[in-house]
Amino acid sequence: MKILVTVKEVAEVDDEFSISGLDIDESSLEYDLNEWDDYAVEEAVQLSEADGHDDVEVVTVTVGPERAEETVRMALAKGADRAVRVWDDALEEAQFLDLDAKAELLAAVAEEEEPDLVLSGVQAADDANGATGVALAERLGVEWAAVVNSLELDADAGVASVRRELEGGVEELTDVELPAVLTIQTGINEPRYASLRGIRQAQRKPLEVYDLEDVGLDESVVDSPVERTDMYEPESEGDATVWEGSSEDTAEELADFLRDKGVVDA
Amino acid sequence: MSVLAVAEHRRGELRDVSLELITAGRRLADATGGDLDVVVVGGDVDAFADRLDREGVDTIYTVDEGEEFNHEVYADAVEQLHAELEPTALVAPNSVNGLDYVPAVAERLGVPLITDVIDFEAGDGIEVTREQYGGKVETTYDVDADQYAVTVRPAEWPKAEAAGDAAVEPFDADVGGDLGTTVNGFEEVGGGDVDITEADVLVSVGRGIEEEDNIPLIEELADTLGATLSSSRPIVDNGWLPKNRQVGQSGKVVTPDVYIAIGISGAVQHVAGMKGADTIIAINTDPSAPIYDIADYGIVDDLFDVVPELIEEFGGEAPDV
Ligand SMILES: Cc1cc2nc3c(=O)[nH]c(=O)nc-3n(C[C@H](O)[C@H](O)[C@H](O)COP(=O)(O)OP(=O)(O)OC[C@H]3O[C@@H](n4cnc5c(N)ncnc54)[C@H](O)[C@@H]3O)c2cc1C
Ligand SMILES: Nc1ncnc2c1ncn2[C@@H]1O[C@H](COP(=O)(O)O)[C@@H](O)[C@H]1O
Repeated sequence: MKILVTVKEVAEVDDEFSISGLDIDESSLEYDLNEWDDYAVEEAVQLSEADGHDDVEVVTVTVGPERAEETVRMALAKGADRAVRVWDDALEEAQFLDLDAKAELLAAVAEEEEPDLVLSGVQAADDANGATGVALAERLGVEWAAVVNSLELDADAGVASVRRELEGGVEELTDVELPAVLTIQTGINEPRYASLRGIRQAQRKPLEVYDLEDVGLDESVVDSPVERTDMYEPESEGDATVWEGSSEDTAEELADFLRDKGVVDA
Repeated sequence: MSVLAVAEHRRGELRDVSLELITAGRRLADATGGDLDVVVVGGDVDAFADRLDREGVDTIYTVDEGEEFNHEVYADAVEQLHAELEPTALVAPNSVNGLDYVPAVAERLGVPLITDVIDFEAGDGIEVTREQYGGKVETTYDVDADQYAVTVRPAEWPKAEAAGDAAVEPFDADVGGDLGTTVNGFEEVGGGDVDITEADVLVSVGRGIEEEDNIPLIEELADTLGATLSSSRPIVDNGWLPKNRQVGQSGKVVTPDVYIAIGISGAVQHVAGMKGADTIIAINTDPSAPIYDIADYGIVDDLFDVVPELIEEFGGEAPDV
């Protein structure tokens, strides 16, 4: 059995940041493995380690520049077997990759790999489209389930029994026929830390890099009817009173406030 | 230009966001003087149609298929109705179920999809506003297409209240065949001994606490204040507090008199659960954290400095963490 995990390197914004043009200035960004994908990688690796699943191969796929390899290696260090990264000058030059472009790129790799199961994240922490996994499933013509926080796989029957986490503490119990794309929610498992041994091994695991031609696509994949026109810091809706001063001073202000409110009588 | 909005219901109840969609959809349709049509799929469609009959809705299409949400039924029905009506805009909620079928429908229809839209400017095409990077920035996107789909953020538009006089038409969709996804039921989670929705004062802890071993610091503050301890999602995901302490979209919606958010960034799914609090106080090192957009009071400082001071103010003793 083969499990493909979509892994994105996400950008985190520093407390103090600046915007240049239509994006956050590079100097204000740090990069990390997307939190949701970390859970997806863990879920795949746990399936590969489970009894009776010793023939499970875990492959990660990332659309991203060379910089993303640090993140990809992290996924390998946590137990994925090999990795695919797709990038191209045409992608580098695009203003941004819209949903459709990403689904098309990921689908091109998935069609090549023919996985039995694709695990994706519910959302990318930076873009927060929350849509790539389901769009990918539709493109591949396979089943799917979004926002999965529990997964039991019956590989022989070809069914994944999942729980979909709905709003307000309600979970939906659903059976999904394989092959399928599941978008993984945080909390489904306990992602491991990469061990030193894992990190060493990851250096030797295969990481293939493909350009557009390699995956059978061309530059038109970045053509998009959607164009980013602005990025700005939102004007604060609230008018929060910010207490200033030393920790002692601000704690005292807050304490006085809570006393005034009658929260505590002391 | 016309707009097709897809209502949402669950376990016999029309969800509020369906009425918000009507407000947003009407505004979109008004931009060019077109129709707003609403479709409801499954459940007691006639009762839902009654509730969806609000001012500004032209036609309500009912698809009497199934009881609960099934993404294949929804995707088929919406795709077919879309082919018939050829609306400019397809509008759906940015809910967990919305995100389970709208991306598939958009793919099938070959229309661009923008999710979690918080505002828009329609005219020739549409310019939408959404948040990125954890709500630290807003971005606008120009969509240059004859047809497009958007999911709108819940609780951003007011519910359409005024009664309408919409036509109600059953729509005969050809759905089903072989459903590869079967919904077997629902389960409620997050019960237990503590009910954070009852608390007058909540002291809520987020990922800023860094480690499980540091939780007693916030626990002590809650005890000292006679308040109840709650948290953001990562604390529960990590198993540091039980599920019944989680505030937010997938946890509990709370409305205390005072909500003290400590080391919580204020992600939209968290805010969905606590923005109704009377007074919101944030303690967060990051002045650009979105929690400050809804906070009434704030301390931009390290919680490990402020919280011990605060405990001492009330005569408690801060644990060593
Ligand atoms: C479908 C879905 C449902 C979700 N449901 C929920 C939900 O119900 N509830 C929920 O909470 N989330 C939910 N989330 C997750 C949500 O998107 C955020 O990931 C989460 O709320 C972040 O939690 P946080 O604020 O504790 O952590 P972070 O976003 O990591 O924020 C930590 C904050 O702590 C601050 N900080 C760090 N160190 C210190 C310090 N020493 N002193 C003071 N401040 C410090 C940082 O500046 C930062 O702002 C959901 C997500 C999805 C996709
Ligand atoms: N550039 C990318 N490379 C690999 N996977 C991605 C990429 N962008 C998005 N994904 C996957 O799609 C999920 C949802 O992302 P999004 O729809 O952008 O919020 C992420 O959690 C990833 O698993």
